[in-house]
Amino acid sequence: MQALKGIDLHVMEGELFAYLGPNGSGKTTTIRILTGLSKPTSGDAYLHGFHILRETLQAKRQCGLVPQSINLDHELTVYENLNIHGKLFQMPRRVRSERIEEMLHYVDIADRRSTPIKHLSGGMKRRVMIARALMHAPKILFLDEPTVGLDPKIRRRIWSLVKKIQQNGSTIFLTTHYIEEAEFLAQRVAFLDEGRIIALDKPQNLMDRLGKWAVDKIVEGEMETTYHASREGANAHILRQVGSLSVRRVNLEDVFISVTGKKVQP
Amino acid sequence: MRGCLAVYQRELLILKKKFWRQTASMCVAPLLYLIAFGFGVGKDLQVDGRSYMEFLIPGLVAMSSMTQAFAIASEINIARFYWRIFEEFQAAPIRNIAYVTGEVLAGITRALFSVALILFIGLLSGVVLSYGLLFWLAVVLNSFLFASMAVCMAMLVRSHADQALLTNFFITPMAFLGGTFFPVDHMPLWAQKILNFLPLTHAAQSVRASSFGQTPELHSYVLLAALGLALFVLAFHCVNKAKD
Repeated sequence: MQALKGIDLHVMEGELFAYLGPNGSGKTTTIRILTGLSKPTSGDAYLHGFHILRETLQAKRQCGLVPQSINLDHELTVYENLNIHGKLFQMPRRVRSERIEEMLHYVDIADRRSTPIKHLSGGMKRRVMIARALMHAPKILFLDEPTVGLDPKIRRRIWSLVKKIQQNGSTIFLTTHYIEEAEFLAQRVAFLDEGRIIALDKPQNLMDRLGKWAVDKIVEGEMETTYHASREGANAHILRQVGSLSVRRVNLEDVFISVTGKKVQP
Repeated sequence: MRGCLAVYQRELLILKKKFWRQTASMCVAPLLYLIAFGFGVGKDLQVDGRSYMEFLIPGLVAMSSMTQAFAIASEINIARFYWRIFEEFQAAPIRNIAYVTGEVLAGITRALFSVALILFIGLLSGVVLSYGLLFWLAVVLNSFLFASMAVCMAMLVRSHADQALLTNFFITPMAFLGGTFFPVDHMPLWAQKILNFLPLTHAAQSVRASSFGQTPELHSYVLLAALGLALFVLAFHCVNKAKD
């Protein structure tokens, strides 16, 4: 089965780029290929100028990865997990210990340095994974569904952290199911469906193409949405309709549904 | 090289975390065999002019170095299927050869530790043998072979249950038939021919001969080294394949 079909995209340095799509659309496959976890059957990709297949080790040094599932050593402590990562990236001992301290404070888990991973909450594990991915100061950070399964409060805390990382100059490549996450964080978004990019632009531009206002109406149990350039236009539409209607701002989820024809599956 | 050390140190750290559990677990099987076969069945038994206990200890050394080196496969599987740590190694800028070397070294370390435990238990039982260079060379080659095999298997299996099946079909029969508990040359000729295909037979014979102060067969060392090397190369290819 072909997971990706002719993806062509360029993520700019320092950009926070979101990659959205329904389940099985190829989001994780893209990240796995770019981070060296899977081999592409064809095509080329460069990470900060390094070809992912011909200059694999240099390319890997450019990126930090926070995968979808927790992949920390549960028996080991927070410190030990970060230390092993530093060793894998050939960081000298002194640099490594300084960087661990810096990262522990950066993601606000310094008080948990000696806690085994198995005793941490889901949100803390995510923060350890982010700290680990940033340990070797990568140019590009890949975040594959970084807030999946977290409660809204913790999710927002992770968002703030992601914003902070980007403001410090890192390029961030984010995949997410949470449309509001992309809307809040991303400077550009790409919608992926069945292995193809079907829309790519700034969130505001994508939303503007649909209109500014959306009117939702339930027809035989199904939601029907119409889009309007102005509030007046939306109000005029409501006056012509019978039944229960509501008016709201167009959001990125509307764009998602209109380009993929699919609802977001959390 | 640093990548290989990182993989190795991670395994050592895991071993350290579970030190007492691992030590106890490494002692259980040899102790049971010593009690059942050494003190029980073989109490008044002599094999080739030596007490059965003296015959058994080198056999247990060979067997334990095999099982403990191969046990690294379980650690790799747990890391791969449960904790997904394998992804962390794959995303790191280290070559697959460094990963394989790190895991094989960890397997050898486990094996050497278990051998030290058996020698200590043997010492407590009053068995003192000669543990010279050829003895340790045979142990290291045997551990190298089975640790390399463990990495291959760990990369080829699709689940932890598959791993248990492989242990049942390869390791357990070898443990009992590879000259651990009885001299292979007491078997019928046709059986000897078959058992001589098992690497453990050669390991047990080399360990036993060297611990008795005799000169072991050179071809057994060559065979263990060659097979170990072949499995090491195969392990490297299996890691490449396991990527997808």
